[in-house]
Amino acid sequence: MTSSVTREPSIVASAAAPGTPARRRRTRRRRLTGWSVLLWVAPALAVYGAFVLYPLVETFEYSFYNWDGIGASSWAGFSNYARVFTQPALYTSIVNSFVLIIFFSLIPVCLGLLSAVLIREIRGQRAGGLVRTLLFLPQVIPLAGAGIAWTWMYSPNGVVNQLLGAVGLGAEQHAWLADFSTALPAVGIIGTWVTTGFCTVLLLVGIAKIDPSLYEAARIDGAGRWREFVAITLPDLRRELVVCVTVTVIAALASFDVVYIATQGGPGYQTMVPGLEIYQLTFLQQTVGQASALAVVLVILVLVLILPIQRLGRQR
Amino acid sequence: MKFAESLSARTSRIAVLSVLIVFTVLPLISMITTALQKQGTEPLGLSFPTAPQWHNFAEAWTAADFPELLLSSALIVIGVVPAAVLFSTLAGYGLARRVPGRRLIYVLFIIGLTLPAEALVAPLYYELRGLDLLNSRWALILPLVGLFMPFGVFWMRTAFESLPAEITEAAEIDGASVWQTFRRVQLPLVTSWLSSLTILFFLWTWNQFLLVIVLITNPSDDNMAGALATFQGQHGTNLVLLCAGALIIIAPSLVIFFAFQRHFVRALLQGAIK
Repeated sequence: MTSSVTREPSIVASAAAPGTPARRRRTRRRRLTGWSVLLWVAPALAVYGAFVLYPLVETFEYSFYNWDGIGASSWAGFSNYARVFTQPALYTSIVNSFVLIIFFSLIPVCLGLLSAVLIREIRGQRAGGLVRTLLFLPQVIPLAGAGIAWTWMYSPNGVVNQLLGAVGLGAEQHAWLADFSTALPAVGIIGTWVTTGFCTVLLLVGIAKIDPSLYEAARIDGAGRWREFVAITLPDLRRELVVCVTVTVIAALASFDVVYIATQGGPGYQTMVPGLEIYQLTFLQQTVGQASALAVVLVILVLVLILPIQRLGRQR
Repeated sequence: MKFAESLSARTSRIAVLSVLIVFTVLPLISMITTALQKQGTEPLGLSFPTAPQWHNFAEAWTAADFPELLLSSALIVIGVVPAAVLFSTLAGYGLARRVPGRRLIYVLFIIGLTLPAEALVAPLYYELRGLDLLNSRWALILPLVGLFMPFGVFWMRTAFESLPAEITEAAEIDGASVWQTFRRVQLPLVTSWLSSLTILFFLWTWNQFLLVIVLITNPSDDNMAGALATFQGQHGTNLVLLCAGALIIIAPSLVIFFAFQRHFVRALLQGAIK
């Protein structure tokens, strides 16, 4: 066993490359005891405890009090939680975040699948790489930048209205983010813009791992594009799909940046999301207990949606 | 084996991908053409700048106080990234060893993986106010290092676990101490994991928005994302200048992306698999 390092350097190298499945072997010798592990973990645990776990516990505690952030607090029982489900501003934010899942997650995953399959068909390496790079761009810039760019896109003189006018749909022109019926989908499409490239590139990497002989066999059997997609591509991309859905669903439920820049939750509560509502309740309306109850509900919602998706990815 | 591609398949592919690419780049192009218009005019979203006003960028540069902003962002990155990578690596290594009790600690970190930062902002604000840090960059640096720990520890533990146990055993039989095994044997084998983690932490710090809005009271302590909100607040009515400023503030992200493109895509994709 001792010679394996020198005898098979290639194994070592390939095991070190990210993406290889973890090779678990039991070490028989325990040089590191339980207490000394704590030393290795201590810095991480300290900063994590102080700035994540402690505030998390505090949020939970706040949620049972009425507190304006300055004066004395009074016990509120579950009343803050009751209001999350009865006050329009609060439950609307949760409903909106579910609507945003369609735009942040469902549409980008579908578009990502479509474009990944199409990019795979491109023969020229260079063209494929260029398409990939361009689609990936929105993932790199700050979300706030996406918010500014799209606010201008949607404004009365912006590109969206300009294009509508150019194709003879001048009657449809309006201020998209200010209109009660279009504000939420308009914000959603900003999310689509940001996450589609991410899904595309991730799914492309997954497709590249699929054995090409499977496709050749399918073609010999006379399978068309659609059969190929359903029988080979989709099942083999399961792991990547789960990752796409997980990341984008969290992005939808915890959205803040884009809404803060583009609409501040308006008009009315049309684009209010939990993240922004928590911010406003805490720092503008100074109802910290109420904000904390919404925060706890948000944490639970994320877990309730993500855990089953993760389980789906693990079983094979 | 190659099959002749039908004309319709090729055409539909080009059509669909073109639409997606136009959808992706249009907002950026619109910002560029707008930024080159005359200030005070009401341009259309896409209007060719017949007399490009390049000085708009110079004005936006000054208005955003870009050099100071760049310095501030860099200081935040220097405060966050090395510490976060170091702490993650140490903890990941410790937790990759098979010792009793490590599971409990690991689960404690994993709890944080899906935690939205929104759930922490109120207590963080009061905590940092209590520490009298709200008017400094530490108000952002400390919570960010903490927030990065779940992913970082998860990431580095996976890295160390992917190494064959024989390597450690061999080193230990040769009489290496735990620290020597870590420093000389294991660490050199996980460098690609380390560089991906560094890129991710950098990007997440550079683009962090919510915590900047909540915890940074002084605009001169902003990072790039926070500066966008500040700039929008100050120059939101001057559309041309806003577009020029936003482009300048976004530019470093793009430059860094194109410079390290390969690493970026790899890091982001690996980073997603959690």
